[in-house]
Amino acid sequence: MKNEHQLRSEIRQFVLDDLLMGDTTSMLDDGESFLETGTIDSIGVLDIVMFLEHNFQLKVQDRELVPENLDSVNRLVQFVMRKTHAA
Amino acid sequence: MLLDRYLHDSAQRHPDKLALVCGERRARYAEVEQGANALAHGLRALGLQRQQRVAVYFDNSVETVQGIFATLKAAGIFLVVNPQTKGNKLAFILNDCNARVLLTGLRNFEAVASDLAACAELHDVVLFDWDAKQPVPPAAAAWAAAGRRLHSMSGLLAQQPATLPVNRNISLDLASLIYTSGSTGLPKGVTLTHANMVAAATSITTYLGNEPDDIILSPLPLAFDYGLYQVLMAFRVGATVVLEKQCVYPYKYIELIVKELVTGLPIVYTISSILLNLNDLEEHDFSSVRYITNTAQALPERHITRMRALMPRARIYLMYGLTECKRVAYLPPELIDSKPTSVGIPIPDTEAWIEDESGAVITTPGVAGELVVRGPHVMVGYWNRPEETAQALRPGRHPYERELRTGDLFRQDADGHLYFISRRDDLIKTAGKRVGPHEVENVLYELDAVKEAAVIGIPDETLGSAIKAFVALRESMVLTEAEVIKHCKKRLERFRVPKQVAFVAELPKTSSGKISKKGLS
Repeated sequence: MKNEHQLRSEIRQFVLDDLLMGDTTSMLDDGESFLETGTIDSIGVLDIVMFLEHNFQLKVQDRELVPENLDSVNRLVQFVMRKTHAA
Repeated sequence: MLLDRYLHDSAQRHPDKLALVCGERRARYAEVEQGANALAHGLRALGLQRQQRVAVYFDNSVETVQGIFATLKAAGIFLVVNPQTKGNKLAFILNDCNARVLLTGLRNFEAVASDLAACAELHDVVLFDWDAKQPVPPAAAAWAAAGRRLHSMSGLLAQQPATLPVNRNISLDLASLIYTSGSTGLPKGVTLTHANMVAAATSITTYLGNEPDDIILSPLPLAFDYGLYQVLMAFRVGATVVLEKQCVYPYKYIELIVKELVTGLPIVYTISSILLNLNDLEEHDFSSVRYITNTAQALPERHITRMRALMPRARIYLMYGLTECKRVAYLPPELIDSKPTSVGIPIPDTEAWIEDESGAVITTPGVAGELVVRGPHVMVGYWNRPEETAQALRPGRHPYERELRTGDLFRQDADGHLYFISRRDDLIKTAGKRVGPHEVENVLYELDAVKEAAVIGIPDETLGSAIKAFVALRESMVLTEAEVIKHCKKRLERFRVPKQVAFVAELPKTSSGKISKKGLS
């Protein structure tokens, strides 16, 4: 199982590569909201779900499509940890 | 009647009523009005002259709405640019209309500051969310060093009164430019007078039966006319808009409907498909919803059936329009079961008919032709584009009016109800927005390896149409789908980026050697 440090680093890399298109100057702080900073739209959130399901072998349920789980690097890390520990 | 009176009159009538709910912020009419008044005085203090352009480049927010109304109150012309827009395109738009002032946020400004150096007429940038006591960010410092002026909103407003400024505009003056994709690839500014916009807002609120008690949930960007008019129409009647940045999280959207007792749901295809994908919808209480509107892209019948079952009290309005006149037609909701694929009849105070290629009016049911529109909401033209204006607008039946050629093919049934068939040009409707293929193709051609490129729309479950690119590479050059998409994401707003890229040896051509999209799929 991946530790928090590895998770965080993978998630940050995904945000940088896929949401920000490698633009390091606009990299967010881990607590910053993707929505508030205009980093994602309704299609972007589907990209996040695909990334989580593919990289961490988990299934994101409809009910889990909420900003509390998905809207910042910190929240993604916590969400993946909860999901993978519960499994 | 001036558009800015909508805010002022509602603030006079019920100052304590909620005008906007944006996240945690709940702004009453008096607060929105006073903030807009002060900003209008601030814009004048910067030297803004009557009918000069002010651009707002910011997310849906109280500030964006105040920026719109402040510009109108200062007798200026506003344009809202989607904050997803990249710097080079923003600079093109600001130069196209010689914008004098830009209202934006610090993060947005930093991302585009280097591109804006090319906007010679842009004298002032006002940052909504930056306090002059904070350190000056690098991009802002460079801007100031180049002799441009940068202001914090709070600093600009500090000396300004909240009283209504004198406004010498009349309803024939211009109120707004709304930039849309053109088939040439360059965005063009749909130019609208106060009279145009008041006519459209009046007509639509009339057939929707909007009331002061309405609470409208809008995640549609204010840069698009459908989103902008949610606020204009609500302010006309003194209703409340729950203004969201986007519809990203479906459960958040549902939670807002339930919590705020939302009565009006303006949606686009993408919102309905994201919502209807959820499998526990029956567990939520949607009984506050009085009406649903849809435009931009037709809803499939299965969406309509499902919405009807979920919200039996809600009237569903299927509508058709284009930015050039805002709205043309709507299906009276009582016809939704018998004619779910029709967009119905012209909106109040509008005439619309179908013509053949010789200009003769078609009255025979089932025969296709171009839809032509006359009404007080028809734009005055495209900003600084006489040729494209002449293509879209032609002399009307009276010397003082012009008629709008929609470029859309329609047919009608025996009752005269209208049915959309297709666009004449090849604009793609995706996620409720219009995308000109040329704009995407131009970006593909920026890649050295690309010899030929063509972009089309293909059917897509979530987006209505998804953008698909066909690319032929130069000899011995290599490029992957991921590389193409990554390049497009850097250069284009997300909704314009192709979902799929197909590599072909060569694209089909017409007899004259032009790329032909017929047969691509």
